[in-house]
Amino acid sequence: MARIIVITSGKGGVGKTTTAAALSMGLAQRGKRTVVIDFDVGLRNLDLIMGCERRVVYDFINVINNESTLNQALIRDKRCDSLYILPASQTRDKDALHKDGVERVLTELADNYDFIVCDSPAGIEHGAYMAMYFADDAIVVTNPEVSSVRDSDRMLGILSSRSKRAETGQEPVREYLLLTRYDPLRVANGAMLSVDDVQDILSLRLLGVIPESKAVLSASNAGIPVILDRESDAGQAYGDMVARYLGDDVPHRFLHPEKKGLFSRIFKG
Amino acid sequence: MGLLDYFATTRPPQKVGNASIAKERLQILVARDRIARDKPSYLPQLEQEILAVIRKYVEVDMNTVSVKYELAESHEVLELNIILPDSAGPP
Repeated sequence: MARIIVITSGKGGVGKTTTAAALSMGLAQRGKRTVVIDFDVGLRNLDLIMGCERRVVYDFINVINNESTLNQALIRDKRCDSLYILPASQTRDKDALHKDGVERVLTELADNYDFIVCDSPAGIEHGAYMAMYFADDAIVVTNPEVSSVRDSDRMLGILSSRSKRAETGQEPVREYLLLTRYDPLRVANGAMLSVDDVQDILSLRLLGVIPESKAVLSASNAGIPVILDRESDAGQAYGDMVARYLGDDVPHRFLHPEKKGLFSRIFKG
Repeated sequence: MGLLDYFATTRPPQKVGNASIAKERLQILVARDRIARDKPSYLPQLEQEILAVIRKYVEVDMNTVSVKYELAESHEVLELNIILPDSAGPP
Protein backbone atom coordinates (compact mmCIF):
# COMPACT_ATOMS: atom_id res chain seq x y z
CA MET A 1 0.00 0.00 0.00
CA ALA A 2 1.52 3.29 -1.07
CA ARG A 3 1.97 6.26 1.20
CA ILE A 4 0.51 9.43 -0.35
CA ILE A 5 2.53 12.61 0.15
CA VAL A 6 1.24 16.04 -0.88
CA ILE A 7 3.64 18.89 -1.56
CA THR A 8 1.66 21.99 -0.73
CA SER A 9 2.05 25.62 0.34
CA GLY A 10 -0.84 27.90 -0.48
CA LYS A 11 1.48 30.52 -1.91
CA GLY A 12 2.93 30.14 -5.40
CA GLY A 13 6.57 30.23 -6.39
CA VAL A 14 7.94 28.88 -3.13
CA GLY A 15 9.41 25.69 -4.59
CA LYS A 16 6.67 23.05 -4.57
CA THR A 17 7.48 21.56 -7.95
CA THR A 18 11.23 21.70 -7.30
CA THR A 19 10.57 19.86 -4.04
CA ALA A 20 8.21 17.32 -5.62
CA ALA A 21 10.85 16.54 -8.26
CA ALA A 22 13.63 16.28 -5.69
CA LEU A 23 11.67 14.17 -3.22
CA SER A 24 10.38 11.72 -5.80
CA MET A 25 13.83 11.32 -7.37
CA GLY A 26 15.42 10.92 -3.93
CA LEU A 27 12.93 8.24 -2.86
CA ALA A 28 13.30 6.39 -6.16
CA GLN A 29 17.10 6.45 -5.93
CA ARG A 30 16.78 4.71 -2.59
CA GLY A 31 14.93 1.94 -4.34
CA LYS A 32 11.40 3.02 -3.43
CA ARG A 33 8.89 2.56 -6.21
CA THR A 34 7.69 6.14 -6.63
CA VAL A 35 5.22 7.98 -8.81
CA VAL A 36 4.95 11.76 -8.89
CA ILE A 37 1.69 13.35 -10.05
CA ASP A 38 1.25 16.91 -11.30
CA PHE A 39 -2.08 18.29 -10.01
CA ASP A 40 -1.62 21.69 -11.62
CA VAL A 41 -4.19 21.26 -14.36
CA GLY A 42 -3.84 23.91 -17.04
CA LEU A 43 -0.39 25.03 -15.94
CA ARG A 44 1.63 21.86 -15.95
CA ASN A 45 5.27 22.28 -15.10
CA LEU A 46 6.45 19.15 -13.36
CA ASP A 47 7.30 17.47 -16.68
CA LEU A 48 9.56 20.44 -17.48
CA ILE A 49 11.37 20.29 -14.14
CA MET A 50 11.77 16.51 -14.56
CA GLY A 51 12.97 17.01 -18.15
CA CYS A 52 10.41 14.70 -19.75
CA GLU A 53 8.14 17.27 -21.42
CA ARG A 54 8.73 15.86 -24.89
CA ARG A 55 7.63 12.40 -23.85
CA VAL A 56 4.16 13.41 -22.67
CA VAL A 57 1.46 11.68 -24.71
CA TYR A 58 -1.40 11.14 -22.30
CA ASP A 59 -1.97 12.87 -18.98
CA PHE A 60 -3.73 12.60 -15.61
CA ILE A 61 -7.07 13.92 -16.96
CA ASN A 62 -6.98 11.45 -19.87
CA VAL A 63 -6.66 8.65 -17.32
CA ILE A 64 -9.50 10.03 -15.18
CA ASN A 65 -11.71 10.31 -18.27
CA ASN A 66 -10.77 6.77 -19.38
CA GLU A 67 -9.25 8.13 -22.59
CA SER A 68 -6.05 6.27 -21.82
CA THR A 69 -4.86 3.63 -19.40
CA LEU A 70 -2.65 4.50 -16.49
CA ASN A 71 0.28 2.66 -18.05
CA GLN A 72 -0.06 4.65 -21.27
CA ALA A 73 0.11 7.93 -19.35
CA LEU A 74 2.92 7.10 -16.91
CA ILE A 75 6.37 8.20 -18.04
CA ARG A 76 9.32 6.21 -16.75
CA ASP A 77 12.23 8.39 -15.73
CA LYS A 78 15.32 7.79 -17.88
CA ARG A 79 17.72 8.26 -14.96
CA CYS A 80 16.01 6.07 -12.41
CA ASP A 81 14.02 2.92 -13.08
CA SER A 82 11.77 3.08 -10.07
CA LEU A 83 10.47 6.59 -10.79
CA TYR A 84 7.37 7.38 -12.86
CA ILE A 85 5.79 10.72 -13.71
CA LEU A 86 2.10 11.32 -14.31
CA PRO A 87 1.87 14.71 -16.02
CA ALA A 88 -0.96 17.20 -15.67
CA SER A 89 -3.14 18.14 -18.58
CA GLN A 90 -2.98 21.46 -20.38
CA THR A 91 -6.76 21.54 -20.57
CA ARG A 92 -8.49 24.52 -19.04
CA ASP A 93 -11.30 22.44 -17.64
CA LYS A 94 -10.36 22.13 -13.98
CA ASP A 95 -13.58 20.33 -13.11
CA ALA A 96 -12.19 17.32 -14.95
CA LEU A 97 -10.19 16.72 -11.78
CA HIS A 98 -12.96 15.27 -9.66
CA LYS A 99 -12.72 13.39 -6.39
CA ASP A 100 -13.97 10.02 -7.65
CA GLY A 101 -11.58 10.07 -10.58
CA VAL A 102 -8.60 11.06 -8.46
CA GLU A 103 -9.44 8.38 -5.93
CA ARG A 104 -9.69 5.71 -8.61
CA VAL A 105 -6.27 6.60 -10.05
CA LEU A 106 -4.64 6.77 -6.60
CA THR A 107 -6.14 3.41 -5.62
CA GLU A 108 -4.84 1.82 -8.80
CA LEU A 109 -1.37 3.27 -8.20
CA ALA A 110 -1.33 2.34 -4.52
CA ASP A 111 -0.93 -1.38 -5.26
CA ASN A 112 2.19 -0.95 -7.36
CA TYR A 113 4.10 1.84 -5.65
CA ASP A 114 5.62 2.62 -2.28
CA PHE A 115 5.14 6.38 -2.53
CA ILE A 116 2.77 8.63 -4.45
CA VAL A 117 3.98 12.24 -4.46
CA CYS A 118 1.27 14.79 -5.31
CA ASP A 119 2.55 18.14 -6.57
CA SER A 120 -0.16 20.64 -5.60
CA PRO A 121 -0.95 23.80 -7.53
CA ALA A 122 -0.74 27.12 -5.66
CA GLY A 123 -3.83 28.57 -4.03
CA ILE A 124 -6.49 26.95 -1.90
CA GLU A 125 -8.92 26.17 -4.68
CA HIS A 126 -10.07 23.00 -6.35
CA GLY A 127 -6.75 21.65 -7.66
CA ALA A 128 -4.97 22.20 -4.35
CA TYR A 129 -7.89 20.63 -2.53
CA MET A 130 -7.79 17.54 -4.76
CA ALA A 131 -4.03 17.21 -4.30
CA MET A 132 -4.23 17.22 -0.51
CA TYR A 133 -7.54 15.37 0.03
CA PHE A 134 -6.20 11.80 0.01
CA ALA A 135 -2.81 12.59 1.58
CA ASP A 136 -1.23 10.63 4.41
CA ASP A 137 1.66 13.08 4.75
CA ALA A 138 1.90 16.76 3.84
CA ILE A 139 5.10 18.63 3.19
CA VAL A 140 4.34 22.32 3.59
CA VAL A 141 6.86 24.27 1.54
CA THR A 142 7.44 27.71 3.02
CA ASN A 143 9.74 30.66 2.33
CA PRO A 144 10.96 32.71 5.30
CA GLU A 145 8.67 35.55 4.32
CA VAL A 146 5.40 36.83 5.83
CA SER A 147 2.90 35.99 3.11
CA SER A 148 4.30 32.51 2.61
CA VAL A 149 4.22 31.68 6.34
CA ARG A 150 0.67 32.95 6.64
CA ASP A 151 -0.51 30.96 3.62
CA SER A 152 1.17 27.85 5.00
CA ASP A 153 -0.74 28.26 8.23
CA ARG A 154 -4.00 28.54 6.30
CA MET A 155 -3.11 25.41 4.36
CA LEU A 156 -2.51 23.60 7.66
CA GLY A 157 -6.02 24.61 8.73
CA ILE A 158 -7.43 23.11 5.54
CA LEU A 159 -5.43 19.90 5.99
CA SER A 160 -6.71 19.48 9.53
CA SER A 161 -10.35 20.04 8.64
CA ARG A 162 -10.99 19.13 5.01
CA SER A 163 -8.68 16.21 4.19
CA LYS A 164 -10.12 12.71 3.89
CA ARG A 165 -8.32 11.72 7.09
CA ALA A 166 -9.98 14.62 8.94
CA GLU A 167 -13.42 13.97 7.46
CA THR A 168 -13.39 10.27 8.25
CA GLY A 169 -11.92 10.68 11.71
CA GLN A 170 -8.70 8.79 10.99
CA GLU A 171 -5.28 9.64 12.37
CA PRO A 172 -4.55 13.19 11.13
CA VAL A 173 -2.36 13.96 8.12
CA ARG A 174 1.27 14.02 9.20
CA GLU A 175 2.51 17.55 8.53
CA TYR A 176 6.13 18.52 7.84
CA LEU A 177 7.75 21.90 7.28
CA LEU A 178 10.26 22.42 4.50
CA LEU A 179 11.80 25.88 4.56
CA THR A 180 13.14 26.87 1.15
CA ARG A 181 15.09 29.81 -0.31
CA TYR A 182 16.79 30.25 3.05
CA ASP A 183 19.57 32.82 3.11
CA PRO A 184 21.69 32.22 6.25
CA LEU A 185 23.58 35.49 5.82
CA ARG A 186 20.42 37.58 5.79
CA VAL A 187 19.10 35.59 8.74
CA ALA A 188 22.31 36.36 10.63
CA ASN A 189 21.81 40.05 9.82
CA GLY A 190 18.30 39.91 11.17
CA ALA A 191 16.90 40.70 7.74
CA MET A 192 15.13 37.38 7.22
CA LEU A 193 12.92 35.21 9.45
CA SER A 194 14.98 32.38 10.95
CA VAL A 195 14.02 28.70 11.10
CA ASP A 196 13.20 29.22 14.78
CA ASP A 197 11.00 32.24 14.01
CA VAL A 198 9.01 30.23 11.48
CA GLN A 199 8.82 27.24 13.82
CA ASP A 200 7.57 29.48 16.66
CA ILE A 201 4.59 30.27 14.45
CA LEU A 202 3.92 27.02 12.61
CA SER A 203 5.41 24.44 15.02
CA LEU A 204 5.69 21.51 12.62
CA ARG A 205 8.16 18.66 12.22
CA LEU A 206 11.10 20.30 10.44
CA LEU A 207 11.92 18.15 7.44
CA GLY A 208 14.61 20.38 6.02
CA VAL A 209 15.98 23.78 5.20
CA ILE A 210 16.95 24.37 1.58
CA PRO A 211 19.33 27.28 1.10
CA GLU A 212 18.76 29.89 -1.60
CA SER A 213 20.91 28.51 -4.38
CA LYS A 214 21.84 29.15 -7.98
CA ALA A 215 21.75 25.40 -8.47
CA VAL A 216 17.94 25.39 -8.36
CA LEU A 217 17.53 27.61 -11.44
CA SER A 218 20.34 25.86 -13.21
CA ALA A 219 18.70 22.46 -12.57
CA SER A 220 15.35 23.66 -13.81
CA ASN A 221 16.99 25.13 -16.93
CA ALA A 222 18.35 21.69 -17.70
CA GLY A 223 15.32 19.62 -16.62
CA ILE A 224 17.31 17.76 -13.99
CA PRO A 225 15.93 17.52 -10.44
CA VAL A 226 18.33 19.54 -8.28
CA ILE A 227 18.82 16.59 -5.91
CA LEU A 228 20.97 15.02 -8.64
CA ASP A 229 23.40 17.94 -8.38
CA ARG A 230 25.38 16.45 -5.52
CA GLU A 231 27.95 19.23 -5.60
CA SER A 232 25.41 21.91 -4.81
CA ASP A 233 24.20 22.99 -1.37
CA ALA A 234 20.53 22.75 -2.43
CA GLY A 235 21.07 19.26 -3.86
CA GLN A 236 22.68 18.09 -0.64
CA ALA A 237 19.98 19.71 1.48
CA TYR A 238 17.31 17.88 -0.53
CA GLY A 239 19.26 14.65 -0.09
CA ASP A 240 19.19 15.19 3.67
CA MET A 241 15.48 15.91 3.48
CA VAL A 242 14.74 12.57 1.83
CA ALA A 243 16.87 10.72 4.40
CA ARG A 244 15.02 12.48 7.22
CA TYR A 245 11.65 11.70 5.68
CA LEU A 246 12.62 8.01 5.65
CA GLY A 247 13.50 8.19 9.33
CA ASP A 248 17.26 8.84 9.38
CA ASP A 249 18.51 11.22 12.01
CA VAL A 250 20.39 13.74 9.90
CA PRO A 251 21.55 17.06 11.39
CA HIS A 252 20.40 20.22 9.62
CA ARG A 253 23.00 21.96 7.49
CA PHE A 254 23.28 25.32 5.73
CA LEU A 255 21.61 27.17 8.62
CA HIS A 256 24.53 29.50 9.29
CA PRO A 257 26.64 31.65 6.99
CA GLU A 258 29.92 30.08 5.91
CA LYS A 259 32.77 31.38 7.98
CA LYS A 260 35.12 33.18 5.68
CA GLY A 261 38.83 32.89 6.21
CA LEU A 262 41.13 35.88 6.04
CA PHE A 263 42.23 35.01 2.52
CA SER A 264 38.78 34.76 1.02
CA ARG A 265 37.87 38.01 2.77
CA ILE A 266 40.81 39.74 1.17
CA PHE A 267 40.72 38.16 -2.23
CA LYS A 268 36.97 37.93 -2.71
CA GLY A 269 36.06 39.57 -6.01
CA MET B 1 34.24 57.52 -1.59
CA GLY B 2 36.26 58.67 1.40
CA LEU B 3 38.43 56.45 3.51
CA LEU B 4 35.92 56.50 6.35
CA ASP B 5 33.15 55.39 4.05
CA TYR B 6 35.29 52.51 2.95
CA PHE B 7 35.65 51.25 6.49
CA ALA B 8 31.98 51.84 7.18
CA THR B 9 30.94 49.56 4.32
CA THR B 10 33.36 46.77 5.09
CA ARG B 11 32.53 46.45 8.76
CA PRO B 12 30.98 43.12 9.74
CA PRO B 13 27.21 43.30 9.29
CA GLN B 14 25.19 44.45 12.29
CA LYS B 15 21.78 43.11 13.23
CA VAL B 16 20.04 45.82 11.29
CA GLY B 17 17.30 43.85 9.58
CA ASN B 18 13.63 44.04 10.40
CA ALA B 19 12.81 40.35 10.52
CA SER B 20 11.59 40.86 14.09
CA ILE B 21 8.83 43.12 12.75
CA ALA B 22 7.84 40.37 10.33
CA LYS B 23 7.64 37.88 13.16
CA GLU B 24 5.51 40.14 15.36
CA ARG B 25 3.10 40.89 12.53
CA LEU B 26 2.84 37.23 11.67
CA GLN B 27 2.14 36.17 15.22
CA ILE B 28 -0.81 38.55 15.44
CA LEU B 29 -2.10 37.69 11.99
CA VAL B 30 -1.88 33.95 12.42
CA ALA B 31 -3.55 34.08 15.83
CA ARG B 32 -6.48 35.97 14.29
CA ASP B 33 -6.67 33.62 11.31
CA ARG B 34 -6.80 30.64 13.65
CA ILE B 35 -9.63 32.07 15.76
CA ALA B 36 -11.67 32.74 12.63
CA ARG B 37 -10.82 29.32 11.17
CA ASP B 38 -12.45 27.30 13.93
CA LYS B 39 -15.72 29.19 13.80
CA PRO B 40 -18.59 28.34 11.49
CA SER B 41 -18.90 30.89 8.70
CA TYR B 42 -22.56 31.60 9.49
CA LEU B 43 -21.71 33.13 12.87
CA PRO B 44 -21.74 36.85 11.95
CA GLN B 45 -25.09 36.51 10.17
CA LEU B 46 -26.53 34.53 13.05
CA GLU B 47 -25.51 37.32 15.39
CA GLN B 48 -27.23 39.91 13.21
CA GLU B 49 -30.46 37.95 12.92
CA ILE B 50 -30.69 37.17 16.63
CA LEU B 51 -30.21 40.84 17.34
CA ALA B 52 -32.98 41.72 14.88
CA VAL B 53 -35.39 39.32 16.61
CA ILE B 54 -34.60 40.69 20.05
CA ARG B 55 -35.00 44.23 18.80
CA LYS B 56 -38.57 43.44 17.84
CA TYR B 57 -39.33 43.23 21.55
CA VAL B 58 -36.66 45.16 23.40
CA GLU B 59 -34.53 48.06 22.32
CA VAL B 60 -31.00 46.77 22.76
CA ASP B 61 -27.72 48.21 21.63
CA MET B 62 -25.62 46.36 19.08
CA ASN B 63 -22.69 46.31 21.46
CA THR B 64 -24.61 44.61 24.23
CA VAL B 65 -24.79 41.34 22.33
CA SER B 66 -21.87 38.98 22.30
CA VAL B 67 -21.67 35.63 20.60
CA LYS B 68 -19.06 33.15 21.70
CA TYR B 69 -18.28 29.93 19.96
CA GLU B 70 -16.24 27.20 21.58
CA LEU B 71 -15.17 23.78 20.48
CA ALA B 72 -15.07 21.17 23.24
CA GLU B 73 -13.99 17.54 22.97
CA SER B 74 -17.28 16.10 21.80
CA HIS B 75 -19.54 19.09 21.38
CA GLU B 76 -19.72 22.71 20.29
CA VAL B 77 -20.92 25.52 22.54
CA LEU B 78 -22.65 28.58 21.19
CA GLU B 79 -22.96 31.15 23.94
CA LEU B 80 -25.16 34.21 23.51
CA ASN B 81 -24.86 37.02 25.99
CA ILE B 82 -27.41 39.82 25.74
CA ILE B 83 -27.53 42.68 28.21
CA LEU B 84 -31.05 44.07 28.43
CA PRO B 85 -31.51 47.72 29.34
CA ASP B 86 -32.74 48.50 32.89
CA SER B 87 -36.10 49.74 31.73
CA ALA B 88 -36.84 46.63 29.73
CA GLY B 89 -39.89 44.76 30.87
CA PRO B 90 -42.69 42.75 29.34
CA PRO B 91 -44.40 44.76 26.63
